[in-house]
Amino acid sequence: MKIITIDDSSTMRRIIKNTLKRIGYGDEILEAENGKEALEILENNDVDLIITDWNMPVMDGLTFVKKIRANKKFDDVPIIMVTTEAAKEDIITALKAGVNNYIVKPFTPQVLKEKIETVMGLKE
Amino acid sequence: MAAKLSVEWINPFIEATEEILSTVAMIEPKRGKLALKKDSTVEYDVSGIIGITGEAVGSIALSFPKKTALAVVSNFTGEEVLGIDADTADAIGELTNMIAGRAKKIFSDKGIKLKISVPNVVIGKNHTINSPKGTPTIIIPFESESGEFAIQVSLVPNKSED
Repeated sequence: MKIITIDDSSTMRRIIKNTLKRIGYGDEILEAENGKEALEILENNDVDLIITDWNMPVMDGLTFVKKIRANKKFDDVPIIMVTTEAAKEDIITALKAGVNNYIVKPFTPQVLKEKIETVMGLKE
Repeated sequence: MAAKLSVEWINPFIEATEEILSTVAMIEPKRGKLALKKDSTVEYDVSGIIGITGEAVGSIALSFPKKTALAVVSNFTGEEVLGIDADTADAIGELTNMIAGRAKKIFSDKGIKLKISVPNVVIGKNHTINSPKGTPTIIIPFESESGEFAIQVSLVPNKSED
């Protein structure tokens, strides 16, 4: 599975990458520091799953998700938002924008695994 | 004269700090005595700072002496950290982000809506964190098995958002 992880924090990208490897999804991981960089990478790369932060400079995760969902090439790629924005109104906003599932930082490897399996249709 | 800041505005940040650092850095912070801060100088070596807007305006800062920063970041990332470099600063920014995000959720559950900025990190002995004039700043010291640290909450309720 080819996954892109988008986060302005190099620490979080490293933690997510290491966690993906631990739970068996570390085959091919692309990285971007913000939504704009991710859009540029995705112009030349297909991915099976997008894992994005919300609160980022240059282009935040919400703007990125709206742009991705407006693009025919990516309108059905599963998106998991991994963020500190855990208020109920934030979750509704993210889901309305086109996010498939949502993880609040900090998270355990098991939670990430379950969310991936859910959005990829690997479990009921 | 600076406005007063009631404990209802402070407690969510204390709760968030204790919860996040115990979860990701495996430490059990013990809170010391709250104090009103008179100047903008921080005695510690590194601070993560996040701006707050919405129904209150201000900032939260998470400040560490070098020794505590290295221990906490090593626990958080699972990799031994030997100095305060760009990666350590990034990790402290992310810890501050998690604490501010958790506090935002606690406020949201009480019906108070806040927005948080992306984190900035300042490195250097006796660095300064400036607050707008008239905004009270409360410093909350903590002790932990990894050493001392502090959060400082500088916040004023935003009447225009009422």
